[in-house]
Amino acid sequence: MPDHYGPPDSVGILVPSGMLGAGFSPDTITRGISLGADVISVDGGSTDSGPYYLGAGEAKTTERAVRRDLRLLLAAASSARIPVVVGSCGTSGTDAGVNWVAGIVTAICAEDGLDLAVAKIFSEQRADRLAALLERGRIHPLPPSEPLDAATLARCEHIVAMMGHEPIEQALRAGADVVLAGRATDTAVSAAFALMRGMPPGPTWHAAKIIECGGQCTTDPSSGGVFARIDHSGFTIEPLSPDAACTPTSVAAHMLYETVNPYKMREPGGTIEVRDARYTAIDERTVRVEGSRFEPAGQYTIKLEGAAVTGYETVSFTGIRDPLILRSIDVWAELFQKTLTERVESVLDLAPGSWGADLRLYGYNAILGELEHAPATPQEVGVMLLVSAENQQTATAISKLANPLLLHLPLPTMNYLPSFAFATSPAHIDRGAAFEFVLNHVLDVDSPTEMFRMEIANARS
Amino acid sequence: MPDPDTSDAPRTLGDLALEVRSKNAGPFWMTLEAFMPDEQTYRIADALITPELISELYHVALTSLQIFRIPELHVVKVSFPRPIVQGSLRDRDMHAGQHHVPLANTVVPRKRL
Repeated sequence: MPDHYGPPDSVGILVPSGMLGAGFSPDTITRGISLGADVISVDGGSTDSGPYYLGAGEAKTTERAVRRDLRLLLAAASSARIPVVVGSCGTSGTDAGVNWVAGIVTAICAEDGLDLAVAKIFSEQRADRLAALLERGRIHPLPPSEPLDAATLARCEHIVAMMGHEPIEQALRAGADVVLAGRATDTAVSAAFALMRGMPPGPTWHAAKIIECGGQCTTDPSSGGVFARIDHSGFTIEPLSPDAACTPTSVAAHMLYETVNPYKMREPGGTIEVRDARYTAIDERTVRVEGSRFEPAGQYTIKLEGAAVTGYETVSFTGIRDPLILRSIDVWAELFQKTLTERVESVLDLAPGSWGADLRLYGYNAILGELEHAPATPQEVGVMLLVSAENQQTATAISKLANPLLLHLPLPTMNYLPSFAFATSPAHIDRGAAFEFVLNHVLDVDSPTEMFRMEIANARS
Repeated sequence: MPDPDTSDAPRTLGDLALEVRSKNAGPFWMTLEAFMPDEQTYRIADALITPELISELYHVALTSLQIFRIPELHVVKVSFPRPIVQGSLRDRDMHAGQHHVPLANTVVPRKRL
């Protein structure tokens, strides 16, 4: 990849799917390579599935699925002599997640006889180092959160910092064929190579945002991969499935997906501004986008993510079909909460504020709760009781006290004990630690790479 | 089942829309979108979706709402901080994927149809 002749006219980016391990057709890759891909990029993670994956440091995807996807990507990239960039390895981008994906890559290279230089970029942060930066006024809240305190940092099981494109570019410049990044912005994963090759930031960042979820920006979101070609005045985008299409509406609408503001998106080094972007159909499946801008920020900021244990949980489940109870299900639920609170206090000597229970009436109002106005009397209700306590033993003990109520609690007007329909024996399942995202803050840094650590194996000279 | 008398049936935003959807926008925000099929129905959605309506449906303060009106896509988009943080004990919609329903079920006043 000689780049000492000045920047190329364009850079082609192949995104095989919205997430590594989600699967894609081998044709996706063949098609993308034939379109002249200069880099393959794929996201390995997200916060969307909740705080568990960061808190526990576990991946949402399975090793077999990740291995299958990577085997296809590495073979194609190796024969086309183009790099592969994976962001947010292991779902949450913890160091364990990066090492997990790296282990899979190493095994594939050994099995398939590939000789690839692999860079790992670690993004996990130590709470004490961040506490010192907090002390110096370098950490600020994002709306709607409050200013951070050091105790919150100390509570986190894992903290990751979201890298921009610079650490990835640094790894590519160091000769990496495969870059395995810890937590990175979804966009940085695709933007890094194009920016390194001199593509303009406006079109590059906008294209990176559009392609980050793979087929989401097409007429068939389940179709898999997309291909974007970025040049000096804009970018073009098309799906890699022959049965899908990119239309000006499908592409523009992707700026709405999982964003607060569809016109502006903050990256570590500035803001993507797409209010003036123009989306034009080139043919029935390809869209041209021009007019996107990137406004550099005065201060480079890095977003922090952290997950802390909120307690230990046990979930219990029963079913109610008796119309007598269902007609007064609100009364029953209120009596349940009151009775359980009294029993826990008298039997376990636990004050009401020291544990929590969420009683959910599935089939009635579980999902929307108080936002649900006067729901109709249901035909049957699935009752889930979620108990949270300071340790698993206590959560289990509370759930065992709740068990006879979930089986037999009558309405106040009944002079007999009804029996409800347990779905399993036992009716409860211990969930272990439960987590919550507790950081929604950014860190001011002097250098885009200072919070990240790179290791590279087998680099070419 | 006899055909309902459609002339009297209440029409909801969801009836008129191509899609009304909701999703997390990160762990601390939620976003809703009404995709309307054409300019006429977009104008109905645009008039219907006021800060006051969203505040009432979702129990969220007017000051924390952001509403984006996008006529070129026939979309109205609403974002606000999640009232319950994702993954906490009382979060019953981890991806906020079902929170579009109160908006979709909002009845469109007859004079607007």
